[in-house]
Amino acid sequence: MGELPALVRVFAYLSLLTVGGGMAAYPEMKTLTVDVHGWLTSSQLVHLYSVGQLSPGPNMMMIVPIGDWVGGVLGAVLVLMAFFGPTALLTFAVGRFWSRLETWPWRTSIQRGLAPVSIGLLLAGCFTLAKSAVFGLETAAIATGVLLTLLQTKINPAVLVLGGAVIGVLSLQ
Amino acid sequence: MSDVRTQLQLEPDADAAPASVAISRIFFEFLIIGATSFGGVVPYLRESLVTRQRWLSDQEFVELLSISQSLPGLNATNMAILVGQRLSGALGSVAGILGICLPGSALMLIVGIVYRTHGDHAWATGALKGVAAAAVGLVLSTVVQLSKKSLEQRVDYLFVALTVLAVNLMHLSVLLALVVVGCLAIFWHRPIDFNRRGNRG
Repeated sequence: MGELPALVRVFAYLSLLTVGGGMAAYPEMKTLTVDVHGWLTSSQLVHLYSVGQLSPGPNMMMIVPIGDWVGGVLGAVLVLMAFFGPTALLTFAVGRFWSRLETWPWRTSIQRGLAPVSIGLLLAGCFTLAKSAVFGLETAAIATGVLLTLLQTKINPAVLVLGGAVIGVLSLQ
Repeated sequence: MSDVRTQLQLEPDADAAPASVAISRIFFEFLIIGATSFGGVVPYLRESLVTRQRWLSDQEFVELLSISQSLPGLNATNMAILVGQRLSGALGSVAGILGICLPGSALMLIVGIVYRTHGDHAWATGALKGVAAAAVGLVLSTVVQLSKKSLEQRVDYLFVALTVLAVNLMHLSVLLALVVVGCLAIFWHRPIDFNRRGNRG
């Protein structure tokens, strides 16, 4: 229970890094939750993140189990509030002023400037994830297969992630 | 509330959107999206908000989505905040974000408990290995699709590379990389007027 304030601090900070998507915060999440606080192991984090992609709704609900493991259901609720609260307030504030900013020339500059940075953050998060998730021919083949299929077709990504699970189980034999 | 009304009056087809939508309707609509949006929320949001409920026009949807994408926060929750705000002010935003978050967080709470007790079974280890590898492919495809859509100049790829180098090789904090490369990129894309002020005088 003594960990609750740290839990709130860490996830409120991670909240502000999620520019472009939850994956942008992944490298820092790994550092803080695994290396600094030891709330879970590196492979547990990879597993939670990946399974979280199968869940409907916002794709970072994998933070809920971390909160639960550290501080029970209260921990889970606090993590949710810390992770979604700050950005919710910011978005609400910007939403009120956005139409008034239409003639402000820097608005376009900010959007165009942040686009490559948010893509870079996603890619950096992806590399951090890949370091623990892709090893050997089989996992590399699954990752490449999913990438190419998603670029070529309009198939639902959740189906492919499930497909990855099936291949993973079948390859045990 | 007054903001919402002014915007609706300016809208030429204002009668298509109700002046204020009941909080409970907003909550349940986002609850349904939160419970069914497997594989990414954006298509489900559009289907619900534009096609089914007609709370937004296609153009408004794209506009709100672009705000969501430029701000920190997930697209799903930022959209819930912005759409809720537009439909019914602050309470609408609260209803939207609660609705879209509840199903997934309840599900992941259960998944986390099951994982902790059974995650080391052989079949679970195998499945998780495959799921993690697939997730890498999924994130990479998002990166490729976003790049095609929003990287306009060659120098943008340099900003992408700088960000990746700062985080993965120099191990700078994500926040520092975001601020430094972000300011650099925003300044590069600075307004033309600002750029040419000297020449014009």
